[in-house]
Amino acid sequence: MREGSGRKAAWVVAVAMLALLGGACKKKVQAPLPAAPPAPAPPPPAPTVSLKASPTFVTRGESSTLTWTSTNATELDLEPGVGKVAPEGSTTVSPTTSTTYTITATGPGGNASDSVRITVGPPAAPKLAPGPSLEELFAQNIRDAFFDFDRADLRPDAREALTRDAEFLRTHAQIRVTIEGHCDERGSLEYNLGLGQRRADAAREFLVSLGVTADRLRTMSWGKEHPFCTDHNETCWQQNRRAHLVMAQ
Amino acid sequence: MTSGAEQWGRKTQFRRGVPVARALLLLALLLGLLPVRPAAQDWFRTGTGLGVKKIRLALPDFAGPAPGSSLGTLFNQVLWNDLEYSGILEMVSKSFYPLPASWPTAPSQLQPAAWTAAPVAAQMILYGSLSQQQSGLEVHAWLNDLGNPAAAPVLAKIYRGNADPQDIRRLAHELADDVVQLLSGGVPGIAQTRIAFTSTRSGRPELWVMDYDGANQQQLTHLGTAALTPRWSPDGTLIAFTCFEPYRGVLSAQICIYSLLAHRLLGFPRFAGTTSSPSWSPDGRQLAFMGSALGGTQIFVSDASGGHRRQLTFVPRTVNTSPMWNPRTGQQIVFVSDRGGSPQLYLMNADGSNVVKIDLPDMGYVIDPAWSPNGQLLAFSWRRPGGNYDLYVMDLASHQLLELTRDAGRNERPSWAPDGRHLVFESTRSGSRQIWTMLADGSGLRQLTTGGENFSPNWSWH
Repeated sequence: MREGSGRKAAWVVAVAMLALLGGACKKKVQAPLPAAPPAPAPPPPAPTVSLKASPTFVTRGESSTLTWTSTNATELDLEPGVGKVAPEGSTTVSPTTSTTYTITATGPGGNASDSVRITVGPPAAPKLAPGPSLEELFAQNIRDAFFDFDRADLRPDAREALTRDAEFLRTHAQIRVTIEGHCDERGSLEYNLGLGQRRADAAREFLVSLGVTADRLRTMSWGKEHPFCTDHNETCWQQNRRAHLVMAQ
Repeated sequence: MTSGAEQWGRKTQFRRGVPVARALLLLALLLGLLPVRPAAQDWFRTGTGLGVKKIRLALPDFAGPAPGSSLGTLFNQVLWNDLEYSGILEMVSKSFYPLPASWPTAPSQLQPAAWTAAPVAAQMILYGSLSQQQSGLEVHAWLNDLGNPAAAPVLAKIYRGNADPQDIRRLAHELADDVVQLLSGGVPGIAQTRIAFTSTRSGRPELWVMDYDGANQQQLTHLGTAALTPRWSPDGTLIAFTCFEPYRGVLSAQICIYSLLAHRLLGFPRFAGTTSSPSWSPDGRQLAFMGSALGGTQIFVSDASGGHRRQLTFVPRTVNTSPMWNPRTGQQIVFVSDRGGSPQLYLMNADGSNVVKIDLPDMGYVIDPAWSPNGQLLAFSWRRPGGNYDLYVMDLASHQLLELTRDAGRNERPSWAPDGRHLVFESTRSGSRQIWTMLADGSGLRQLTTGGENFSPNWSWH
């Protein structure tokens, strides 16, 4: 009976097998390393930058607003003509010719850029709403003709005024005119109705002789019934002795 | 006299209307030199009956219709005023009369001796009463010749109307006209005549009418632009005037006709430029007026409806205006023209032929000619060099001149009353433009308007 010695031998074999097996499954046990350097930091993030212009089309003299944002940037440069700027911001530019604006963002992670083009066009054609109306042009350019007392002949100053009026009327052919004759208060009611008509006709005749088409000009007389002023002195009387040009509707 | 007067032509003489005595003397002399005419024509020639002694009339108050009645007071006031202003009567002041208790109200009560004796010394007496009847108000009136007390009354008449102020005025006016007709040798009275004129009292110049004494002023137009230079038609139913109306888009002076029967404007053609100053022919069938042509204004004539317009003057670049027909003959037209430089008076035939300038002793600015009803006198306004606008009357046959106003404002647009004895005109003598009347010798001035500006008067034909 050697039963006890067989059991001891099984145990040795088992341990040896476990050791072998164990040794085969587990990592290779390295020899202890020296202290490792710290793991390298993740690389810094790259900067981003975005540039916008509003509007992107201007007429010469108008301005546009450049707006930008960025991330991970420490230095930003906006060219041409602006220079160093904050990471985020806006500025107004008035380029005289079409220009491409470029913003460069630099940071630890590298650099980035963005650009936008502003196109500069010629001044816009005049629109109807802005600028003077025909009535305003008439008021600015037309001068009345003034007369001496009881006279309907054209003085030099009246001729000058009507000459300029004729120039304006020739270049604005769509305008029609009513010429009103006026007199000062000193003459009689009935005679002044006639004298005013003579004054209006004299002005009309002169304008026609300078090339203004006759059917654009109508005449009438107010005599002394529609004065421009009512003082009883020569300053006022002279104001009332006139051929008054009015734009016909 | 101004220095201008010293430049007289040899032919014409020149006298002030006031003092009247000098004018009386002059005109009496002129009458002596002129061809003999019937008495009524002499009257016209002098314009006022000057040189003919005025009849002394006593006018005691008419009695009734009730004691203290305001209608009675109004009647007596209007009657007295009408007769006094007629220019042919010398009204004896009531302060000279016998006691009121003896004032007659019927022929049986008349005691002629009391009225012919001094201080009354009346030649005629007008008296009567007002009474309220069922049918309305009655005025009984008698006119007696105190120099012939036994004779029947010269006038014995009943006038009927309503018991209201309007009719009271009318009744008094009718009686006054009858008396004037009798005592003036047939020349009509003017108590029922009217005056058309322009007034700004409502804002813009509009057409108005009033009784000859300034009562019953009424606005006729509401145009809002301007209504000027009115003239009555001979039959009194229409007033032609200058208005402002659009023609082809241009607001301009045109002729308008107002109908007093229809109370509205009638149609009339419109023309380019300025059309104004319409004047009626004495038969009422034609109008003369100013219109635009030849770079100025010319005289035109048309039918009363505006048709058949024809041009009478043809002077380029001149003003020809203020035409007026001879109201007696209708054969001539007087007008104003500046063809000689400044406005002067011209005569022409009604067809435009035979244009003749009316010479005046002085240059100046002559406007607003007005022919007297008998066709013998011209009244006009004249601004002499260095002078004012003053009114003158000229005898056309002799060119004798009478000055009616001087140094009293600006006086224009005279218009004759149909009796040829009175003128209405516009004057600024009160400080603003107002309508005045006067006797044709410059006396008897009366202001008819006060509110606003009132001008351009025209006396009706009847």
